Amino acid sequence: MATVELTFSALPAHVRTARLVATAIARRTGVAEALLDEVRLAVGEACSRAVEAHRLHCPGEPVRIELRDDAGRFEVTVTDVAPSEDMRPHVLEADGSAMPEMAGLGIAVIAGLADDVEVSPGPKGMRIRMSWPASPHGIAAV
Amino acid sequence: MDLKLDHHSEDNLTIVDVEGEIDVYTAPRLRELLIDLVNKGNFHLLVNMEKVDFLDSTGLGVLVGGLKRVRAHDGSLELVCTQERILKIFRITGLTKVFGIYASVEEAKEAHGRDK
Repeated sequence: MATVELTFSALPAHVRTARLVATAIARRTGVAEALLDEVRLAVGEACSRAVEAHRLHCPGEPVRIELRDDAGRFEVTVTDVAPSEDMRPHVLEADGSAMPEMAGLGIAVIAGLADDVEVSPGPKGMRIRMSWPASPHGIAAV
Repeated sequence: MDLKLDHHSEDNLTIVDVEGEIDVYTAPRLRELLIDLVNKGNFHLLVNMEKVDFLDSTGLGVLVGGLKRVRAHDGSLELVCTQERILKIFRITGLTKVFGIYASVEEAKEAHGRDK
């Protein structure tokens, strides 16, 4: 089992970096090319949600992402430390106000993209774990 | 890739050309442009997404916000998009039923002309 861990400051600019790292490792792990867009989008959604939650509750705390090659699956876990019972939407109205009808859209997108998703909200933060099929021996086997 | 925005008007239609990635970092710029266009009286918007590499739910939120804003003035906000990777997120979220989505600017202009 190979693991890469990344922590980053809760800044929107870093979400792109997290997406790029996740896509690179997914490719290396042997996730099919056709699924890489889904990985990129789902990881981006999870990280965006975490960054916005941190900006609201604990802007000084970093967001953590863990990428694991686990028995033929590529598994990504995004963990934040912002309380998630009072989940606020991270999608905003055109004038910057919150759009209640768009709340949770990011999670809905993740659920539509990853075939295995586990969302664990809690008072000390939320953990989103998602996984995709990968080649058992990664790209090195090709 | 960063986000590039451009716009021009043709008759009653304002075409917004978007290039690059629309995410939590760049979406505020698109939001500001849409607000600015509406505030200046452009109520029929066509967002050309043919050069968009990436779109997430933050970007969707900005487009929905723009749509609500133009509808308040009996306007329209429609999209040009043929890329499967972008269309997929509209389908997952059910927003294909909310936005008019066209295969080209010309096709959208024809439809807009018919609706006038």
